[in-house]
Amino acid sequence: MDRTSGKVIGVTGNMVTVEVSGRISMNEVGFIRMGEKKLKAEVIRINGSIAELQVFEMTQGISVGDEVEFSQEQLSVTLGPGLLGQIYDGLQNPLPALAEQCGFFLERGVYLDALDGERQWEFTPKVSKGDTVRPADTIGIVPEGIFEHRIMVPFTLQRGSYQVTSVAEAGNYRIHDTIAEVEDAKGRTHELTMVFDWPVKRAITHYQERLRPDQPLVTQVRITDTFFPIALGGTYCIPGPFGAGKTVLQQITSRHADVDIVIIAACGERAGEVVETLKEFPELTDPRTGKSLMERTIIICNTSSMPVSAREASVYTAVSLAEYYRQMGLHVLLLADSTSRWAQSMREMSGRLEEIPGEEAFPAYLESVIASFYERAGIVRLSDGETGSVTIGGTVSPAGGNFEEPVTQATLKVVGAFHGLSRERSDARKYPAIHPLESWSKYSGRISKEQVEYVRSILYRGDEVSQMMKVVGEEGTSTEDYIIYLKSDLVDSVYIQQNSFDPVDAAVPIERQKHTFDLLFRVTAGAYELENKEDARHYFNQIRQLFLDWNGAESDADSFAEIESRISEKYREKLVSYDTRVKSLISDEEGR
Amino acid sequence: MQKVYTRIEAIAGNVITVKAEGIKNGDLAEVTSAHGTSLANVIRLKGDLVSLQVFAGARGVSTGDEVRFLGKPMQVSCSDDLLGRIFDGSGRPRDNGPELKDQMIDIGGPSVNPAKRIIPKHMIRTGIPMIDVFNSLVESQKLPIFSISGEPYNELLSRIALQAEVDLIILGGIGLKYDDYLFFRDTLESGGAMSRTIFFVHTAADPTVEGLLVPDISLAVAEQFALRGKKVLVLLTDMTNFADAMKEIAITMEQVPSNRGYPGDLYSQLASRYEKAVDFDTAGSVTILAATTMPGDDVTHPVPDNTGYITEGQYYLKNGRIEPFGSLSRLKQQVNSSTRDDHRPLMDGMIKLYASYQESLEKKSMGFRMSSWDKKLLAYGEMFESRMMDLSVNIPLEEALDLGWEILSSSLDQDETGLRTELVRKYWPKNRE
Ligand SMILES: Nc1ncnc2c1ncn2[C@@H]1O[C@H](COP(=O)(O)OP(=O)(O)O)[C@@H](O)[C@H]1O
Ligand SMILES: [Mg+2]
Repeated sequence: MDRTSGKVIGVTGNMVTVEVSGRISMNEVGFIRMGEKKLKAEVIRINGSIAELQVFEMTQGISVGDEVEFSQEQLSVTLGPGLLGQIYDGLQNPLPALAEQCGFFLERGVYLDALDGERQWEFTPKVSKGDTVRPADTIGIVPEGIFEHRIMVPFTLQRGSYQVTSVAEAGNYRIHDTIAEVEDAKGRTHELTMVFDWPVKRAITHYQERLRPDQPLVTQVRITDTFFPIALGGTYCIPGPFGAGKTVLQQITSRHADVDIVIIAACGERAGEVVETLKEFPELTDPRTGKSLMERTIIICNTSSMPVSAREASVYTAVSLAEYYRQMGLHVLLLADSTSRWAQSMREMSGRLEEIPGEEAFPAYLESVIASFYERAGIVRLSDGETGSVTIGGTVSPAGGNFEEPVTQATLKVVGAFHGLSRERSDARKYPAIHPLESWSKYSGRISKEQVEYVRSILYRGDEVSQMMKVVGEEGTSTEDYIIYLKSDLVDSVYIQQNSFDPVDAAVPIERQKHTFDLLFRVTAGAYELENKEDARHYFNQIRQLFLDWNGAESDADSFAEIESRISEKYREKLVSYDTRVKSLISDEEGR
Repeated sequence: MQKVYTRIEAIAGNVITVKAEGIKNGDLAEVTSAHGTSLANVIRLKGDLVSLQVFAGARGVSTGDEVRFLGKPMQVSCSDDLLGRIFDGSGRPRDNGPELKDQMIDIGGPSVNPAKRIIPKHMIRTGIPMIDVFNSLVESQKLPIFSISGEPYNELLSRIALQAEVDLIILGGIGLKYDDYLFFRDTLESGGAMSRTIFFVHTAADPTVEGLLVPDISLAVAEQFALRGKKVLVLLTDMTNFADAMKEIAITMEQVPSNRGYPGDLYSQLASRYEKAVDFDTAGSVTILAATTMPGDDVTHPVPDNTGYITEGQYYLKNGRIEPFGSLSRLKQQVNSSTRDDHRPLMDGMIKLYASYQESLEKKSMGFRMSSWDKKLLAYGEMFESRMMDLSVNIPLEEALDLGWEILSSSLDQDETGLRTELVRKYWPKNRE
């Protein structure tokens, strides 16, 4: 087959216009020849013999007349063993290897293999000659760090049955070695290796059925797990103005979330933040496995000064990798920071294509693109009956911190949970600054729903009282109302706020959350005999102090139980009764 | 190979279009008109039409003027001879010294491979408690000062520059008032820092577009010195002028504006400059402090807004003070764990209380009776403002932390601080127990 070629006839920003001789397809990858260098680009519009390409590199130095070669391939990711622990750019170039070759800077036009072709993998076959297999069925396994990596029939093969005509014996192989041969219905033979390429913009749908995301995903962030839980296979978003804590929240989630694999898509944000992850993770042990956290992590990093078009590709690269590991029956969490930068890269391209702009100059298809991205999340039953999931959490960076903007709005329509960050709370250093009243989740968590509802109602009423106090002053507020306000303030200071930089408080296992929440619930459900507001304030200050100290105590330390009993004593000191509406929820009622 | 064209097809704003062949995107040209010679660079190619932005502005350029393509992108010298020198926005001497042609490098080069960066670990001590205690400045940080015009942001920049222990200071002025330029020159001179300073100054009197080059030139030079192991501090003032120059070009090029006339790529454009801040693995570092004036004191204005999303925090200068709200150093946690064990809890605790103080203040202004708690907060807040926030305070970090406990203990009880008991016991001044 003849490869199509073309010539550059125009350049604006990162878009080049090419006159093409021959057949090309949408999203096909082309290379622009610039002297010795070849710059990667993707076809984003075709009109007769004229194609527009977005270039994944800076376009300085390109001139009219430069040659363009088309690859006949769509923009793809390489799937196979060895992905875990890698740090890739948006196009799956391994950055450490790139640094070895090019030094400090990201040179244009250098593209390296995503996976090491020389590394040996210990292959164990799972099928035999004569077996019937379908795409995505397991042919064999290789150990990859803490996981059994399934070598599957490539998803790129046409759906249908294939017969295994040969399979390699157990032993060590490189990824490009043939490990099996299968024959399709027409009698054609396909040689299978341990790798294949998958076009990033297509969802991998090789499963039996999609299930409802009803298993909680524990993040060890109290406000999330208790009040606004997320689910395996679910979606959630974190919109917030700059500095409100989106990235820190994702960083701690990437460390502590109870999932098998975390994929971090650093999309158009600061390089320094990725550096923190990539330098620290190898040093941190994952308490679940005892191995380095890096062994369960993949970083896709296309930071703000890296080429904008590759930023658009990076989220798709990330989600394709997530789907691939999901096919192995694993639970994968994809954290994208920030989806707004991805949306902006679409906006830049749309502007260059001179499309009719929508709101704030975003393209009209923004909503549908965002929706179809989040649709790639899900918990599924695979053909072997196992389940695997992809959970997607994206941050949103709204212009001016105003949630009434296209990206936030489009995202809110499709996600299952909303963790809205508040500037007011981050200014007051109340972290994590997830707004306790405005956020929501459609998923259910692990903590008693009735208790959570009750405490939330205290938060709402506390907020009302605090608003009232701004109108009528403290003097115009009854002691009873004031106590509600103090209770909501207590819940805020000792439960909702969580110190990410404290060794104990940073991550709270769900059992401990249940335990502390139960006591906190009892405190909030109590009616107290308190003379006046001043007394009430003192009393609650003491309780708060105890809880704060409690939060800093290791679960297995003596001080933990000791402080707990001091809290119990303290709050019973003035306790008269419990709110009758929730009395039944109090576990160890002691004759009051 | 220099090609000369003498027919300009179109002139719009500061963008001219000529018919030419074999021209590369981003290449530099000289446009010679009756008013002199200006640099221009290629920003669009369309068939044989080449559009260039003219740095000295297209005012007075005529269709018959000469355009000479230089066959290379914009470059700047980065030899040691730059030290102590003053250049204009295009890198030409402003101080009657010789033009420098040694060690020419391209400006706006590629970005650093994240894998070659390291986590910054060195605090830059400024003696300003609002910085050192609450929002520590860190070597290789990129950080703007958000300010309304009239605030002493240039004073603050020069004060930090003189106090910081760096090898090299680069001042990039964009639309800088002439008086401010003289102020910087005199301050750095009298502070004995002139010999380790390089100026790239575009003043308010120079053509707007010329200011566009200043960040790239300054940062390209900074990067080279950092690669040679130097700690470089770059001051950019004022980046809002830079953004406005970009807006002007975008409008001329008929780009669809995204927000208040600014181009959709404002974020990426600003980011590619700020991301030059770096701590190199096995070499030096580039720290960027920039002034960003906020039109109408509005942080949600596209320039401060996009900047805040890019930089590693910001100092919010208002009424001559660094505001505790709105100010942020995102790198503080890299350095404040190893200063003193009360540093982190104190910095958060004091701000939380300051937020409560603001609420009491509000109640007071509405004429409500002050409860005893309100009164305590008022006492706390006033002391905080006069003894910590005032910019004239100049004390080392440790003294400032002690001062923090002093302020807390003279206005509040221990369990009102919201700090853990253990810590309070350790640091509460003995005479107040
Ligand atoms: N959970 C937290 N605990 C303590 N500090 C936090 C927390 N979240 C954010 N911060 C502080 O706020 C800064 C900005 O947070 P970041 O997550 O980078 O904001 P965003 O991504 O929303 O712009 C951090 O550098 C840190 O100093
Ligand atoms: Mg962030």
